[in-house]
Amino acid sequence: MSDSIVVQGSANQPVVFTQDELGWLPWLDPLPEAELTERHWAGLVDRARAKSDYFRLLVRDPEVLEARTKTDKDIFYNVADGLPRAERELAAAATSRYNGCIYCASVHSRFATVHSKRRDDVQRLLDEGVSADLGARWNAIVRASVALASTPIAFGRENIEELRRVGLDDAEIIDVINGAAFFNWANRLMLSLGEPTSKVGA
Amino acid sequence: MSTGTQDIIDLLAGIEPGSGLDGIRGRRLQARENAQRSYLALFEPVDFDDFAAAERHAVAAFVAGIHDEPNAAGFYLAKLATTVDRPEFIESLKAEIERGKTSGPYGAFPAGPLSVEDTSGPIYRVAGDRKPILGVRLAAALEHAHLLVFRPRDTASADLQALLDAGWPTTAIVTLSQLVAFLSFQIRAVAGLRTLGASLDVSPGRQADEAAKVSQGARVS
Repeated sequence: MSDSIVVQGSANQPVVFTQDELGWLPWLDPLPEAELTERHWAGLVDRARAKSDYFRLLVRDPEVLEARTKTDKDIFYNVADGLPRAERELAAAATSRYNGCIYCASVHSRFATVHSKRRDDVQRLLDEGVSADLGARWNAIVRASVALASTPIAFGRENIEELRRVGLDDAEIIDVINGAAFFNWANRLMLSLGEPTSKVGA
Repeated sequence: MSTGTQDIIDLLAGIEPGSGLDGIRGRRLQARENAQRSYLALFEPVDFDDFAAAERHAVAAFVAGIHDEPNAAGFYLAKLATTVDRPEFIESLKAEIERGKTSGPYGAFPAGPLSVEDTSGPIYRVAGDRKPILGVRLAAALEHAHLLVFRPRDTASADLQALLDAGWPTTAIVTLSQLVAFLSFQIRAVAGLRTLGASLDVSPGRQADEAAKVSQGARVS
């Protein structure tokens, strides 16, 4: 019977936002890899994800995981047009910083750094929070992401106008909206189904 | 009653087929189709398992309601009315939505340098006299939904234990978590797109400009 909590020792819990690689430990039992059926494999989308506790926990509802994964991939990886990848990752990192997801912020701040080569600015977002001054264009993206993450939602005409002023067209604004909105989904799963852990030696 | 052919984000955001916004949204076709498939997987699944349709609709109406987004709240309350016909249940849920409204995100960080950013706020619990009407299981789900919407960084393993104690099996907790988290996305995508749509200049020159961009986008993809 798997209906019980997996208690994790919190000795290695990260206490600051970081671009370092972190681990993640589930509070509920992931499906064992040996028990995955074809339906589960379809839900995982990428077979390599069977190695992840997070995805083997989510694959308990395979249809939702599959649709979620494909939504995620198109929003972030479809770079045939629209907003540069770095700035989609910035929207994800800013949303995660604001909601307080240390794990999500670590992954997507790292991606933002890789694609933008602006490690110091990304680190300032993590260290100082969402009011850090990152230049007009990034500030507009961060502000829009934060407004959208607030409840009640505070995203308004002024966010659209600010994004246009710094050079985004309507398709790029949709990429900001999608990227930021999506992380309100991702943050809540990561924060509520398990906890981050610092990798020893990382 | 099936909404299987209707894109719910377009419906709630007021995006008309053939409009400029419809065209631009179409450039992320996989995202659009899979956001809709996520909705269907949650609300019209092949198998409801341990999470009944009425419970899914009640949690959704609560989540949309506490976001204070009238379009989405109205939509999910209408869905709920298709699965629950007890007026005292609906009225209790609506009363709990009003009690649950607040501003977020708030909550605590792991003790350390980030503690200076800890923000306190209400810890929502269903009113005692409404629990018998809504049921212990649903009451636990609403309390968890409120936690995820407003103070997700506060979540601890004890909160999942509370769900287990109220009769939620592990797999149903995963689906419940997905449902609340998905709605947090869907409601924001709708709000963002509706705001963008309202801001669009509808002059013919601008529409032609956007149409040209869309067809250009279609050629390269």
